[in-house]
Amino acid sequence: MSTPAVHSLWTTAADRIPQIGAPKIEYGQLSPTLIILGAALVGVLVEAFVPRRSRYYAQVFVSVVALCAAFAAVIGLAADGYGTTKAHIAAMGAVAVDGPSLFLQGVILLAGLVGLFTFAERRLDPAAHGNQVDSFAAQAAAVPGSDTEKAAVRAGFTTTEVFPLLLFAVSGMLVFTSANDLLTLFVALEVFSLPLYLLCALARRKRLMSQEAAVKYFLLGAFASAFTLFGIALLYGYAGSVSYARVAQVVDGSVTDVNPALAGTMGNDALLLIGAALLVMGLLFKVGAVPFHMWTPDVYQGAPTPVTGFMAAATKVAAFGALLRLLYVVLPGMRWDWRPVMWAVAIITMLGGAIVAITQTDIKRLLAYSSIAHAGFILAGVIATSKNGVSSVLFYLAAYSFVTIGAFAVVTLVRDAGGEATHLSKWAGLGRRSPLVAAVFAVFLLAFAGIPLTSGFAGKFAVFKAAAAGGAVPLVVIGVISSAIAAFFYIRVIVLMFFSEPRPEGPTVAVPSPLTMLAIGLGVAVTVVLGVAPQYFLNLANQASVFVR
Amino acid sequence: MEKLIALLIAAPLLGAVVLLVGGRRLDRVGHWVGTLLSTASFVVGVFLFADLLGRNAEHRTLIQHLWTWIPVEGFQADVTFRLDQLSMTFVLLITGVGSLIHLYSVGYMEHDERRRRFFGYLNLFLAAMLLLVLADNYLLLYVGWEGVGLASYLLIGFWQHKPSAATAAKKAFLVNRVGDMGLSIAIMLMFTTFGSFAFGPVFGHVDGATEGKLTAIGLLLLLAACGKSAQVPLQSWLGDAMEGPTPVSALIHAATMVTAGVYLIVRSAAVFNAAPDAQLVVTVVGTVTLLFGAIVGCAKDDIKKALAGSTMSQIGYMVLAAGLGPIGYVFAIMHLVTHGFFKAGLFLGAGSVMHGMNDEVDMRKFGGLRKYMPVTFITFGLGYLAIIGFPGLSGFFSKDKIIEAAFAKGGTEGWILGGAALVGAAITAFYMTRVMLMTFFGEKRWQPDENGAEPHPHESPKVMTIPMIVLAVGSVFGGAFFSIGDRFLKWLEPVTGHSEGHSPVSAGEITIATMACLVIGVGIAWAQYGRRPVPAVAPRGSLLTRAARRDLLQDDFNHVVLVRGGEHLTRSLVYVDHTLVDGVVNGTAAGFGGLSGRLRRLQNGFARSYAVSMFGGAALLVAATLLMRAV
Repeated sequence: MSTPAVHSLWTTAADRIPQIGAPKIEYGQLSPTLIILGAALVGVLVEAFVPRRSRYYAQVFVSVVALCAAFAAVIGLAADGYGTTKAHIAAMGAVAVDGPSLFLQGVILLAGLVGLFTFAERRLDPAAHGNQVDSFAAQAAAVPGSDTEKAAVRAGFTTTEVFPLLLFAVSGMLVFTSANDLLTLFVALEVFSLPLYLLCALARRKRLMSQEAAVKYFLLGAFASAFTLFGIALLYGYAGSVSYARVAQVVDGSVTDVNPALAGTMGNDALLLIGAALLVMGLLFKVGAVPFHMWTPDVYQGAPTPVTGFMAAATKVAAFGALLRLLYVVLPGMRWDWRPVMWAVAIITMLGGAIVAITQTDIKRLLAYSSIAHAGFILAGVIATSKNGVSSVLFYLAAYSFVTIGAFAVVTLVRDAGGEATHLSKWAGLGRRSPLVAAVFAVFLLAFAGIPLTSGFAGKFAVFKAAAAGGAVPLVVIGVISSAIAAFFYIRVIVLMFFSEPRPEGPTVAVPSPLTMLAIGLGVAVTVVLGVAPQYFLNLANQASVFVR
Repeated sequence: MEKLIALLIAAPLLGAVVLLVGGRRLDRVGHWVGTLLSTASFVVGVFLFADLLGRNAEHRTLIQHLWTWIPVEGFQADVTFRLDQLSMTFVLLITGVGSLIHLYSVGYMEHDERRRRFFGYLNLFLAAMLLLVLADNYLLLYVGWEGVGLASYLLIGFWQHKPSAATAAKKAFLVNRVGDMGLSIAIMLMFTTFGSFAFGPVFGHVDGATEGKLTAIGLLLLLAACGKSAQVPLQSWLGDAMEGPTPVSALIHAATMVTAGVYLIVRSAAVFNAAPDAQLVVTVVGTVTLLFGAIVGCAKDDIKKALAGSTMSQIGYMVLAAGLGPIGYVFAIMHLVTHGFFKAGLFLGAGSVMHGMNDEVDMRKFGGLRKYMPVTFITFGLGYLAIIGFPGLSGFFSKDKIIEAAFAKGGTEGWILGGAALVGAAITAFYMTRVMLMTFFGEKRWQPDENGAEPHPHESPKVMTIPMIVLAVGSVFGGAFFSIGDRFLKWLEPVTGHSEGHSPVSAGEITIATMACLVIGVGIAWAQYGRRPVPAVAPRGSLLTRAARRDLLQDDFNHVVLVRGGEHLTRSLVYVDHTLVDGVVNGTAAGFGGLSGRLRRLQNGFARSYAVSMFGGAALLVAATLLMRAV
């Protein structure tokens, strides 16, 4: 029998009366995502129906409950063994429920919760016309400086839409880490990116800068998404499927059947290589690896600081989750091709982030470059291609999230008349005036620098150890050199805070509500606990480090 | 029985903690608490001693393992105590003499408002010293070693309001650091050589190590011993250490701590026996020091400094004996014990004199005190007779044996070492007679102190004289008790080993020679200080005398060679640091900074440039991936 034409396929299919069975959805296993998505929709309804005055409380309530419930669901699933023995693929092959996805979902949910606390902070900005306001624009649609805006400010409006937006972003991230086919991956990417673009534009102060950041982020994000989508198309052309398992089998050569409809493209290695490269590039854009990092400083600086903190932590977790799954589940068959390339990316990312950070004068940009350098360190763990590599990356991401959100939360506290005082020169002598805040920030900086007894050291040690064991010793050497370069600018800030004379017109440190205190306190606690007694969490990450195929 | 060993240390340690933490409310009873706990330790020691005596010679080693201090794979540091004949001897000496001196201090420090603290430090010293001699490995020994160093520092500088005392304490501490460095490196070397620093494994595997390594370990141990025991070239601190209260000089800087170096060498006998070169250096150091100390002792007018020179010299004898190997170990320790008695007694006597003379130390302002302080005179006199080796007294037996052993070394070396030891004996007789004559005989040369108070010498209270009497008894009978029937030799031999040498000179001839030296030394001293009145102001003296007054220029030497040299070294290092190191460091930093500034310009704020960068990056990524496959 000769190969049937496309047309004949269609006709025979019609003869058989196609039975499209109802998809089997494991609601229980998908519950974390579903809870967050549901809560986000409830948030939209709250915006529509709840009176303006009560919206803030309703939104915060819904979001906190949803995040806690989703986290509890993750814990429940993990306790049930879905992270280890019962790991499997749910939703007709679209979503993987396994150790890495549950671990990272847990981290994203916690980061979302802590980020939410900073979103909900309403005591930092001086009360405008008797209304307590948060970091977000009074009315996003009002043109900056226009009368409409002034009226909105006077009326004490706040953009409570940020809470559902946060939840949408979180739901997208949850799926992103667990996506098990290329299309789900792409949809999740867009679901979490779009709310972030919006959130970036919502700063209450320096609105133009914020909008500029959002537009840049959107444009470049869309550009990157196009690459990603093109990569997905090429991979489909190569493997004849978007399912991770199927693509993996074709890549490593264990399946060789040819889909007759794709006979011209399947098995063409060029498609595989180009497709994989473009897909990886899309993910490297999200983690902020050099040379796809250039959006990071501008967006981190322009976005409202609570958004920056949340984004810096959670996006990185989600994107590394997806990258790990892609490289370890889909493309292990071509690891000899991607490893050297990733080596190069890791090296220029570590060095580039650390070197450019030296000359930064704005604390948010400084932290942005620091996040780029950290992306490089985490990439070193990814390259290890071993179980230890996965577990070290998981641990690093968990440790890094809390430090990052905490650090940006501290940034929101240091203010002058123009809002947050982010220029480094204004931080001079902060340790004299507000020793506690400066000390807390110093703890975070030390963690970023990877000084022992902080989570940063434990994470960096784990990642470098895994990388060295995976044969990437030169990478580790460069990583250590980059750490040394990076230590310079972290320590410089500490020196500036504690050993410089305070400036007379220097900023004041606002006294935050318990929400921000909680966020910062959690950051410090996790940083110290993971630094002093990391073993329990390393074991946890180790247990969670096996992907389901 | 082993369980009791920890009690030895625990009692004084408890005292130190209670007295130092307890604060003012213990001011009234503190001295008695300290004395009681020290005595308790002594009682436990006697109890253990009785137990050891009841055992066979080969079962006299008790081991108490308390806990593992540093449990790391391949690096095991235990808190384990070893009580054998050698450490037992030290325990009795330390706690016995220590308790007597505690008692003496009750009287001596009566008017000092910081007396409680003083007793706390004394107890701390006892605990550390006992830890030093009871440790079963070098690391734990090192803890005790540093502990006695700390106690010594605190006690030398006890009268810290006097700049001289503060400086002396600092000097002692610094000089001791040099020796401590040697010990710590020796321990590291042992660990790399033997894989352990516990006594058992180290001594058991000496055969497996090369002689070069053993010599290195031996020399490093000797360096440590030189620091703690004030041997040339690290001797300079001992004279200044006399700034401390006299009981401290008696206990720490005469009877016990300064002999720790001798203990270290004798304890490490297995290492030294296998390293003849190191042994030779030990004997040379001992010989040089015994002459050095003796000469310094001749020129000093300060009674305590004269005694300090004598201490240095006597420890020189012990080190010499220890360097001779199995012939000498037993006699080194025997001399150490007898010296502990008579030197402690001499210091307590000196303290008693000072007590009665408004704390005057210059012997040229003493004279004729025998009538006013009879008990002090008699006890001091017995100590004096013991140290110069008057027949039948302690020093006679122990020193004689050392001189004999030195001759038994054989060959030219034997003649040189033995001859030097004989000369030393003559000088000892000279300077001790000088001290005796200047202090207790002749005319009164008393002078009012700077406040104008005339001295009214009087006998010290009982609490001070009783310890002096007890020590005097020890000085008189100790040597004979140990030597008759070779009691001490039989006791210590299982630990240190013993061999009889073949002396080219017979024991009788040596005794006669020693006696001759003694008579010559005493005779010259009598001619110079007994027959003629002692001038109240020191005459200019010969070149040697002037040099000896300046401690044979040791401080000048240290100043020129070490201080100046150190300054030059520091300056050149600073120069190198500023130009070369800083140049490289700053250059690197500037390089990265410049790179950073240049790379930063790429970040121009235009989304289009960013997009180009991404596009270029993507192109490179694709190209690189394809290239990897092509390669």
